Amino acid sequence: MDKAIKILKKPLTMTLIAVFFGFIVAGIILAAAGYPPVHSLAVLFDGVFSSPKHISNVIIKSTPIILTGIGVAFAFKTGLFNIGAEGQFIMGCVASTVVGILFDFPPVIQIPLVVLAGVAAGALYGGIAGFLKAKFGIHEVLTSIMLNWIALYFSNYICTLNRFHKPDTIGTYPINRSGYTMILGNYKTTEAGKAALAQNEFLRSTVLKTDVNVGIIIAVILAVFIWFLLYKTAKGFELRAVGFNKSAAEFSGIYVNRNILHSMLISGAICGLAASLYITGNSPHGIATLAAFENTGFNGLSVCLIAASSPIGCIFAGLLFGGLIYGGQSLQYEVGAPSEIINIVIGVIVFFVALTRIIPPLVDRFSKGGKKHA
Amino acid sequence: MVTGNSDYAVQMHGITKRFGAFYALKDMSLDVKKGSIHSLLGENGAGKSTLMNVLYGLYQADEGEIFINGKKVDIKNPNVAIANGIGMVHQHFMLVEDFTVTQNIILGNETTSRAGIVDMKKARKQILDIVEKYGLAVDPDAKICDISVGMQQRVEILKALYRGAELLILDEPTAVLTPQEIEDLLSIMHNLIDDGKAIIIITHKLKEIKASSDTCTIIRRGEYIDTVPVENVSGQELAALMVGHEVKLVVDKTPAKPGETVLEIKDLVVKNERKLEAVKGLNLTVRKGEIVGIAGIDGNGQKELVEAISSLVPAEKGSITVCGKPIINTNPRTVIDSGVSIIPEDRQKRGLVLDFTVNENAVLERCRKEPFSRKGILNRKKMEEFTQTLIEAYDVRPDDCGSRRVGELSGGNQQKVIIGREVAMNPDILIAVQPTRGLDVGAIETVHKTLIRERDKGKAVLLISFELDEVMNVSDTIAVIYDGKIQDTFRQGTVDENTIGLLMAGGKNHG
Amino acid sequence: MLNSLMLFVGITLMYSTPLVFAALGGVVSERSGVTNIGIEGMMTIGAVTGATVGYYSGSAWAGFFAAGLAGGVIALLHAFASITCKADQTISGIAINLIGPGVALFVCRLLFDGATMSLPVPHKIPKVFGSLNSKAFQNLNVDVTVVIAFVLAVFIWFFLYKTKWGLHIRAVGEHPAAADTMGLNVYKIRYICVLVSGILAGLGGASMTLAIIPQFTPTAISGQGFIALAAVIFGKWTPHGAYGACLLFGAAQALTVTLGGGRFAVPSSILAMLPYLITIMILILFVGKSSAPKASGQPYEKDAR
Repeated sequence: MDKAIKILKKPLTMTLIAVFFGFIVAGIILAAAGYPPVHSLAVLFDGVFSSPKHISNVIIKSTPIILTGIGVAFAFKTGLFNIGAEGQFIMGCVASTVVGILFDFPPVIQIPLVVLAGVAAGALYGGIAGFLKAKFGIHEVLTSIMLNWIALYFSNYICTLNRFHKPDTIGTYPINRSGYTMILGNYKTTEAGKAALAQNEFLRSTVLKTDVNVGIIIAVILAVFIWFLLYKTAKGFELRAVGFNKSAAEFSGIYVNRNILHSMLISGAICGLAASLYITGNSPHGIATLAAFENTGFNGLSVCLIAASSPIGCIFAGLLFGGLIYGGQSLQYEVGAPSEIINIVIGVIVFFVALTRIIPPLVDRFSKGGKKHA
Repeated sequence: MVTGNSDYAVQMHGITKRFGAFYALKDMSLDVKKGSIHSLLGENGAGKSTLMNVLYGLYQADEGEIFINGKKVDIKNPNVAIANGIGMVHQHFMLVEDFTVTQNIILGNETTSRAGIVDMKKARKQILDIVEKYGLAVDPDAKICDISVGMQQRVEILKALYRGAELLILDEPTAVLTPQEIEDLLSIMHNLIDDGKAIIIITHKLKEIKASSDTCTIIRRGEYIDTVPVENVSGQELAALMVGHEVKLVVDKTPAKPGETVLEIKDLVVKNERKLEAVKGLNLTVRKGEIVGIAGIDGNGQKELVEAISSLVPAEKGSITVCGKPIINTNPRTVIDSGVSIIPEDRQKRGLVLDFTVNENAVLERCRKEPFSRKGILNRKKMEEFTQTLIEAYDVRPDDCGSRRVGELSGGNQQKVIIGREVAMNPDILIAVQPTRGLDVGAIETVHKTLIRERDKGKAVLLISFELDEVMNVSDTIAVIYDGKIQDTFRQGTVDENTIGLLMAGGKNHG
Repeated sequence: MLNSLMLFVGITLMYSTPLVFAALGGVVSERSGVTNIGIEGMMTIGAVTGATVGYYSGSAWAGFFAAGLAGGVIALLHAFASITCKADQTISGIAINLIGPGVALFVCRLLFDGATMSLPVPHKIPKVFGSLNSKAFQNLNVDVTVVIAFVLAVFIWFFLYKTKWGLHIRAVGEHPAAADTMGLNVYKIRYICVLVSGILAGLGGASMTLAIIPQFTPTAISGQGFIALAAVIFGKWTPHGAYGACLLFGAAQALTVTLGGGRFAVPSSILAMLPYLITIMILILFVGKSSAPKASGQPYEKDAR
């Protein structure tokens, strides 16, 4: 009985329950709208797992939201709601693109330069919201919403500048090749490379056909690093203390305002990293004028919630999210069901994640009877 | 089978209440005659509040019957209780801070004109009528956040009377009152009794019972112990009934041997949240090997004094030094590093991070220091070892709680963790603010013993408490705070309670 | 000059109306102690319902009221999660923001032949002065929804501060335990407030697709829900404050339009930033610390005493 209780209380169980219900509800909606539910789910599954190319694409598409998810999760752990992940991501993209176009050093310098530019931009942008909260007490949700829009329009502005604007398009030039972080990026564009890679079926469908890049490796390393920072270091201890109870943290000598600022800087930096890895690793290696948000930041928020703010969990939640979005395209193509069903699935999963939060207290109540030791 | 008897305002019999597997109340009874004041005595956690919550309809009993005025009733919710003439004055006032006195009193029971518009004029008149009848002085238009605690309590009583309460339940009513206000409350209670009403006082304070009640029912661990006529019982006997064994009501200690000054406060001026001066030129000295106790009513500057010492809020004027080193207007970390350890008034807000484990809370102030972390990396093993020594030294239960959330511990055990932690910091001065709030007799004893032990080790101890008895029993030197200043200081044993009470209320000492 | 001014006023009122509906809903919900981040999702549902019913029934008002109902239904999900299940209100709200647009586009594709845009409604919400010929007052001839929004703001102010139900709502948001001991049903009051907030958000969405643009598109509601949320915080959780904040945002948008006529050499992207920059400036200068209703965002636990 005790073991069962322990399992019931684990966040992973809750997430799995939530995912399960998400699919159930999706099945019901599909059936109600006249699409075969089981077949649709099979198509979805196929669309993700049936070929290395698909799997590769899912991993590639999941990488940015895994990272923004980790960024948002970090902020949550320290008591802050970083709804500005979207804006920080955009600013990271802008900085990486600008630096990637303006400079052209050899890769060993260019890549770190471009990546750091993105990280710094994201950090500074997140720092603005953190500063306004620490210094003036202004709610970070409010400032972040404003900053998201400002970032969007700033990005569009950069796209219009002559130095960056690619003629006959709505976007910028790609960054210089020296900044690419794709795997075998240069090799696969040469004739010899194409021929060699085409010989191996696996390599052909992954490396040649998709934008395989180092992003996912960095994402996993970062997840572990953030987990370590939060739970194994004194700094992480202080940040979490501030997140759980500002008053007690302050009373015990922790510098609360400083930590709020640091938290937003780090959170923004992670989103900036997501951006620079995205720009350097994926075509078109540049930014374009946006009519609306592309939602990398907001999706990161969903990923974080599904993962219950666990940095490692964000890897899996991000892959789930990416898989659903990518598979949704097959769904539309093969079954004709609107791909928005995927948004509904994700929304329902998050909804059930919210509901499942009440399970641990309920379990506690019924097992121990709320008995406190005298 | 119990039959209803209309001589009794309320009869409760066979009341059992479970929370999961835990019995909060087991076959509990209570009978209160009309026109009498009846106390319900028990330790913290004995079940007094639970029983009254059942009576008021906030909880439903699993078994048992309730008779009001001889008639059996099923009290499903507060509305039913109110309709049956039951009114409750909670220990932690249920008042909306931003609302006025009038709005709080009429909430849920408003007289309205058409379209639901509240008739404020009529409400005011009705309230003032009751005020006159029973002598409850309030300002109907003041906001709750602006009035004194004593007036807030009168607002709570008015809430009940406004709804025609015949039976009033008062939960720990004198906890926050000056001796003078306690006198006022007693005379209000007698006015109510003379009008045929009945009053139940929930308390763990023997003095309160002796001063006010006709009869007293004792509850222990949710079970009925006895009902006694108060006149014929001594405080000692009541204490023994409450706890189940003999209790020492006086603290054991050897005379103090004070040494050099550790904490020196001069002419301190501190403003409160509303930018008004709360500490108005305060002077205080605490020496090595001495316990200084500050007696006073909540709201006379104690909170701001502690906040200024810990540098949580800025001080306008004055100086605070520890062993000669100024700590005024620095920051909490500097204060801690200067040898000051504080056991805060609000343990769950300031003292602990409830979601952290006991291990983590035990090193809250020292997470960056050796041996708990090295080059920024936490050393969990050392944290666990340290916490285990704390648990053993202070008898924290359960004894394997190190890796559990500290929020799962009872209030008394949480307080022990805090005290152990602060004492282990080896401070030059240990400041304890309301350290025994909400603790049972055993835990209270531990706390007092700890303070005296530290004093005997040569530490300076500053005790700030709203329980006059505690200050008088534990302190070597008693300082009285009123209106932001220390009014006078006495050596223990050279002053009586009345003199102090007078000073606490703003009277002058002419002796 | 006068013409420019009237144009400015007209655009301000037009842009701010959907925000006002949604923000008023946000105020009502927050005041009772339930955070409603899902305004964006509820507005989107309202937008698609309004446009769809408006198209198929031919009546804009039918669409308008249907939108309110739809918003209310979605809000019940949020209410169930937050109040009965005591779930994290922020997460629930975000879930609504994901589900809302998903359902909206899904429904749109189903009812409009796979398109993500609905067809234009035959009859929009009428203008206040009907079909007006006067050139001078053309710009002030606003949609009736503008007037409805204003009347609602006044009504809600009155309701919250002068009636007994308003007193109950505010008590529940500030100190639910006190309200409970006075016999008020905390859960019921919160349910009703969240429901109202959903209805209002739905009306806000419909006022977009039935008056401003005469159809539903994927970008019909893109961010207005969050701006409304910002307006609630900015307006310190009061109906009059929120109304003013919405006007401010609307005015900032109008400023962008009137300035962007090519007269000033400011790039359109920079102009588009203006409303948001102005908001942050004002926040720094005037607003300072925010003070939500004390019990906002915390599920009420009867036994946590």
